[in-house]
Amino acid sequence: MAHTHGTGDGNEPDRRDVLFLATGAMGAVGLAATVWPLIDQMNPSATERALSSIDVDVSAIEVGQQVTVTFLKSPVFIRRLTDEEKAAAEETPLGDLKDQNAQNALHPDDTATLKHRLVDPERDFLVMSGVCTHLGCVPVGEAGDFGGWFCPCHGSHYDTAGRIRKGPAPTNLPIPVARFLDENTLKLG
Amino acid sequence: METMKMIKSVLASLALACAMTTGAFAAGGDVEHADVEFSFEGPFGAYDRAALQRGLQIYQGICAGCHGMKFVAFRTLADENGPGLSEDQVKAFIAEAGYEVEDASGELVPAKTYDYFPAVTNAGAPDMSLLAKARADGAVHIYSILTGYTGEEKEIAGTTLYENKAYPGGWINMAPPLWGDDVEYGDGTEPTLEREARDISQFLMWAAEPTMIERKQAGIRNIVFLLIFAVLLFFVNRRIWANVKHPE
Amino acid sequence: MGNIPQEHYEPKPGAASWVEERLPIGGLISHLQNFPTPKNLNYAYVFGGILVLFLVIQIVTGIVLSMHYQVGDEASFRSVEHIMRDVNGGWLLRYAHANGASFFFIAVYAHIFRGLYYGSYKAPRELLWIIGVLIYVVMMATAFMGYVLPWGQMSFWGAKVITSLFGAIPLVGDSLTTWLWGGPAVGEATLNRMFSLHYLLPFVIAGLTVLHIWALHHVGNTNPTGVEIRKDSIENVKKDTVPFTPYIAIKDLYAIVIFLILFVAFTFFAPNYLGHPDNYIEANPLVTPAHIVPEWYFLPFYAILRAITDDLWIMMIMPFTAKLGGVLAMFGAIAVLAFVPWLDTSRVRSTTYRPIYRWWFLLLVIDFFVLMWVGGKPAEGIYPIIALIATAYWFIHFLIVLPVVGLIEKPLARPETVEAAFNEKHGIKPGGDKTDAEASALQPAE
Repeated sequence: MAHTHGTGDGNEPDRRDVLFLATGAMGAVGLAATVWPLIDQMNPSATERALSSIDVDVSAIEVGQQVTVTFLKSPVFIRRLTDEEKAAAEETPLGDLKDQNAQNALHPDDTATLKHRLVDPERDFLVMSGVCTHLGCVPVGEAGDFGGWFCPCHGSHYDTAGRIRKGPAPTNLPIPVARFLDENTLKLG
Repeated sequence: METMKMIKSVLASLALACAMTTGAFAAGGDVEHADVEFSFEGPFGAYDRAALQRGLQIYQGICAGCHGMKFVAFRTLADENGPGLSEDQVKAFIAEAGYEVEDASGELVPAKTYDYFPAVTNAGAPDMSLLAKARADGAVHIYSILTGYTGEEKEIAGTTLYENKAYPGGWINMAPPLWGDDVEYGDGTEPTLEREARDISQFLMWAAEPTMIERKQAGIRNIVFLLIFAVLLFFVNRRIWANVKHPE
Repeated sequence: MGNIPQEHYEPKPGAASWVEERLPIGGLISHLQNFPTPKNLNYAYVFGGILVLFLVIQIVTGIVLSMHYQVGDEASFRSVEHIMRDVNGGWLLRYAHANGASFFFIAVYAHIFRGLYYGSYKAPRELLWIIGVLIYVVMMATAFMGYVLPWGQMSFWGAKVITSLFGAIPLVGDSLTTWLWGGPAVGEATLNRMFSLHYLLPFVIAGLTVLHIWALHHVGNTNPTGVEIRKDSIENVKKDTVPFTPYIAIKDLYAIVIFLILFVAFTFFAPNYLGHPDNYIEANPLVTPAHIVPEWYFLPFYAILRAITDDLWIMMIMPFTAKLGGVLAMFGAIAVLAFVPWLDTSRVRSTTYRPIYRWWFLLLVIDFFVLMWVGGKPAEGIYPIIALIATAYWFIHFLIVLPVVGLIEKPLARPETVEAAFNEKHGIKPGGDKTDAEASALQPAE
């Protein structure tokens, strides 16, 4: 045992080095495990996470009417498109669109046709984020050059399917994860 | 050095003595506590999911009329370490119980899973969210109260008091809430008084401390880690001091 | 840095030298790492390191808790429940903070009694000791205010009782309590300022701790023999001491981990054992709990506060009421610690070599526990008498025993040097060789 005493350098790893390494490694692991809760506590709490999915009763929404619900602390537009609005959106060639991606969380790679923008292609519900993709203002409905939405902050024009057509906004208004649980219940998130 | 040893042992026992001194008053009271054990006791204990679900039934069927539970969210009924209902079962529970909340415009609408059990104040009964932690020996105390009625009553200033062996002072103004056969258990368990009292006591412990199981599991991991680390450090310490204490 | 000769720090040429010329941080770190520490320190000397760790634990957990805590009549209690139920790991943070306070005090009491036993307050360490007493006082204020924050029944009524103490002060008492409360009684305004101060004071403690350690590094540690290390040359310093790193650092770390096992056991398996169930009932100004008790670490002084009653003969000749008497006794019991350096008349530092005083010291430790125990009992029956006797001894010990025993006692023979004491304990021959028999019996580090 005597040769392991002293603080001098050994030429080859011996039990002493293994012991010191193991202890150091354990200390590092312990420290990391201690730090993690201090970081994780800043992530959304269970209260916030519980609101990451909400059910919306849409039975009272008429065709041509829009309601704004709060989802993830931001406005979400739920609008039943009129036949004219649907036609206007369908007739627009893809080539006229500034952003040709559907920006639909459920159809990430699809083109920005009306079909890919609706929750259910068979129905007339357009559900999308009410936050302008430029700098985060809330666009005004039934306004702008394309009869859709108009953002008053910096003049972005969206069409009846919420696609960016003119102005500084880079992308279409994004569509959150949304599906119908039944005829009248829309589940967001 | 006799005195060195003395002072060392005095210092070492300081923590223990402090703990015992406080324990002496924490126990408190001259009340009779029932001899009952729960599955969540001990370092490896866990809640009994079936008991929690039956306890929820007792709460909803018997207690909820007078006692609120305002810090408990419906969604937590789905907790893995708790009653473990499915999301649909939670929704069905809310609908069946008819819980409502005010929406932004002040109208009563059906409660959602992220809403909370209501506060109930009309009967002047304590909120049950933390009842099991607000009494020494929480769950055992609640069980003892529920099974501690002697059947004697008396009236003081227009209030009826009921004799209870487990209540400090011996007279409680809550009428015996459980008698046996108060509910029909969904899982077919026979609803004796003792069974009902055990289930609601366990449920209220969960309501007060939903993270208990997570905590104990983390505790085991921490203790094991620290014990191994301490053993390693013991040897590291000895190695490092070797050349000072045993120069060659 | 200090008056202990230490090898001069020479920064490496380049960046280290560039920095060192502008800010001598390398020298400071080198000083701290290599600080000559008596080689014969025993495990009673580990609590300083433990206390630094717990100050850090309390500040860190406190800062993250305050990210979720809200102040308000209903908001406080609700936000604490939010932390316990919904914040990721929130239950751990809160339980660690609450039990951390308790273990902070366990360590500080051990540290104080170690100081008293080994005469760590004696010249030239009077200021070091007094700064320590100040830290203890600020710790108590911080802990008290922290206990108010959950705004449960014990929070509320504890705040009411303790702030009412100041009402006993003649002339200004009433104005003072109103000023403390920010209203006609304890309320939201009181709670709000307590949160503010509870956040501030730990940094005052941290500042005082820097002074405490600065003073320590100037005069050097005491050690169990009470014999000062030789400071006349670097060679002699090296014979009596070891560098802090790695020797004392690893020993402190080992002790810290042992202490943490206790702390973790409470935090994870009995997190509410040291608390009071009533604090899980929301504050209610209309209903007083049957039995108001402070946290365990205040109990000795709470017992002293309650021990003074109007029917005591001493109160009949005092020009003030028992209420003020109790307050004076309580603060006096803490303040007397600050005068210990001058009350102790002994020539000898360490109680190890004081054959008479050691028994009185043991009595003081027992007295402390008796006070703690009786402080948690209701003030009725035999308890007030026990509290009174124990209170009396607390003052007798410091004001009479400490000065008198020092004068009449004949101390035992002490070792010449720290080195000699260390060598004797470990069977090292003065030349540095060990006897054969002792060399074969390697003892675990102790």
